[in-house]
Amino acid sequence: MEESRRSFLKIAGIAAFGLSAIPAIDIFASESSKKAPAPAPDFSLTENSKALSAKRWGMVIDTRKFKSEKDLEHIMSVCHSIHNVPNMTNKRHEIKWIWSEEYPHAFVGDENEYLSEKLAHTPIIVLCNHCQNPPCVRACPTQATFKRQSDGIVMMDMHRCIGCRFCIAACPYGARSFNFRDPRPFISKTNLEYPTRMKGVVEKCTFCVERLAIGKIPACVEASNGAIIFGDLENPDSEIRKLLKNNFTIRRKQHLGTGPSVYYIV
Amino acid sequence: MPNNNNKIYDKNKIVIGIVIFLIISLFPIWYNHFKNVPAPDPLLTEKAKIAKECVLPKVLMKTEHMQLLNSWRDSVVRDGKRLYTNSQGKVFDMSLSNGCLDCHSNKKDFCDRCHNYASVRPYCFDCHIDNPKEKK
Amino acid sequence: MLELAIKGSKKYYAWIVVLLVVITMGFATYLLQLSFGLGITGLSRDVSWGFYIAQFTFLVGVAASAVMVVLPYYLHHYKAFGRITILGEFLAVPSVIMCLLFIIVDMGQPMRALNVILHPTPNSVMFWDMIVLNGYLLLNIVIGWKVLEGERNGVAPPSWVKFLIYVSIPWAVSIHTVTAFLYSGLPGRGFWLTAILAPRFLSSAFAAGPSFLILLALLIRKVTNFDPGKEQIQSLAKIVTYGIIINVFFFLCEVFVVFYSQIPEHMDHFKYLFFGLKGHGILVPWMWTSFILMIVAIILLVNPVTRKNEFVLAVACIAVFIGTWIDKGLGLISGGFIPSPLHHVNEYIPTGQELTITIGIYAIGFLLITVLYKIVVSVKEEVRA
Repeated sequence: MEESRRSFLKIAGIAAFGLSAIPAIDIFASESSKKAPAPAPDFSLTENSKALSAKRWGMVIDTRKFKSEKDLEHIMSVCHSIHNVPNMTNKRHEIKWIWSEEYPHAFVGDENEYLSEKLAHTPIIVLCNHCQNPPCVRACPTQATFKRQSDGIVMMDMHRCIGCRFCIAACPYGARSFNFRDPRPFISKTNLEYPTRMKGVVEKCTFCVERLAIGKIPACVEASNGAIIFGDLENPDSEIRKLLKNNFTIRRKQHLGTGPSVYYIV
Repeated sequence: MPNNNNKIYDKNKIVIGIVIFLIISLFPIWYNHFKNVPAPDPLLTEKAKIAKECVLPKVLMKTEHMQLLNSWRDSVVRDGKRLYTNSQGKVFDMSLSNGCLDCHSNKKDFCDRCHNYASVRPYCFDCHIDNPKEKK
Repeated sequence: MLELAIKGSKKYYAWIVVLLVVITMGFATYLLQLSFGLGITGLSRDVSWGFYIAQFTFLVGVAASAVMVVLPYYLHHYKAFGRITILGEFLAVPSVIMCLLFIIVDMGQPMRALNVILHPTPNSVMFWDMIVLNGYLLLNIVIGWKVLEGERNGVAPPSWVKFLIYVSIPWAVSIHTVTAFLYSGLPGRGFWLTAILAPRFLSSAFAAGPSFLILLALLIRKVTNFDPGKEQIQSLAKIVTYGIIINVFFFLCEVFVVFYSQIPEHMDHFKYLFFGLKGHGILVPWMWTSFILMIVAIILLVNPVTRKNEFVLAVACIAVFIGTWIDKGLGLISGGFIPSPLHHVNEYIPTGQELTITIGIYAIGFLLITVLYKIVVSVKEEVRA
């Protein structure tokens, strides 16, 4: 924030002084922008007026509504194809943003010896929990992964990531993947409107920030036929809060104090 | 060890060594000096010609587009602000593939010409694929 | 003093050439990794740190152990160590350099390494690790160099060096503590989530480092005219003895807590390492070897008769070094990642390329030790003559 403002001011400053001054100004730009009264910026940065916003985005996954593995597969493939998530042939290099786990793996520590027939057979869909108190953000040495103050989404800045994988060690949900090699040959059909990634950076689910920004709900929610509900956890009138009020829900590894924003009805 | 003798030993060898070092280390400068390559002329698409002006005046775009993109990137990824309104009140989507390359849909004749001339290889395009609407 | 490093025997040069060849092989393999990505290693989504980070952790310990010769000399005026403090400091320098190299080869985007400084993040332990490691490196280079220079010219080192030496003592403890905090503060990794991790790291470091120093001292005595001294070696041996006993004690404390409480999240990692889990147990023989080596070493070291026999002592030191190396260099990282937080067991085996790069970095370390120790020994011989 601080930085982008400064470089914008620099550009604005240069514009004001005209071309001839460029080389000289360039050298003193950072100096002068501190001392001289900053010229009013002749530009503005805004969100799209259609953008969806919330104090804290959250999700309720109603596992009762999933009939079979097939329902889940559809959701996963939608997410992975629009985000150019590669389909790695080597399992070690696997990259996934949203995937399914057997109940005892999704809810490690809360597995019961005798599970209901349904839970024993339908896998649980899992993704980044966009924790309220994210350990990955605490661990990252460059703020490449950070929690957006505006809506609580745990974001990844792939431009800044140095690939140290500290966040992967810190995440108790296995939500993060690392690009062990160039992922592009493994993307069957590239969505040209979304970037791909380079080797050596970490990636994960972003709650579809690029869709929220233009007024669309996350792709998995859209593809779930009402089994996944998305909304503002801080708004007591939101649909998601009503669901939470009327249903017993659980969260993954609650006891770790990470405060997951993804709730499950089982 | 203290040495009060100010004489430089092997003076000639040292001077020759320095000269050889300078010749080699300054290679890129003298080599290019005698190789007169005309500055490239990036080609504008029809769409760009009609629009006349880019986000900032042309001269600024020429020298500062990388800083601009850098701050756009931070604004979009980190602050969630994706629209840029310039001094003329024109609004732009801060997106390299969907914004910049939508107008400059001729990366080869626009971006690459200068980048090749200046011998810079920005890796932006590795992830942000050339204009999605461009026909290949 | 650098000129002393280039005046050596044929054997000295032959050894350096051998190291350079190994370094070249490692570097070439690294170039391959740089172009392909970390996919050439055995790392995976579940085990995302491996051999590189493990070596880094082990070597931080070796580096920190320099304090075990510095502290008795400067704080307790144990004069005998005056002869060998420089050996400790010049073991620390190559060790820290190897640590930094291991971190760099482990990065997915090493060209962005400076982002850690451009975007300083005090809530990340990695940020602090960067500071303490680089600080420790600088301290030891300056201290070692100034002290040795003083010795060569027959004068006491400048007084500010003494101040740096006092700083370096807690600093040594800090490098291994911060390194342990990298692991022990992570929720959901039951193997590392223990307050005793930092003490365990330090105790194994104070066993491994001095045992390596003893081996180096014995070697120096054999191939040069400088004798680090019988008393010095015996004092180091006592330090190793305490270090390795405390290390095993801490380990057993951990074993008790984990197996008596029976909490799966903590216990399963130990089960994996020592007995195997869900049919996977590639490290089982290694971990038992490590444990047995440490026990054997304790038996040999505690008994004064065997400890005072320098041949037996050398054997015990080798046992300590290999035992602690397996513990940290193999078990620590894999054990923490297996089983995964979702309780899957995906094992990790380093690849040949990964090992080549690792050996290349060790060769850089040995090259630096060789050169630095060559300078030290030459100065010592010169002063004596």
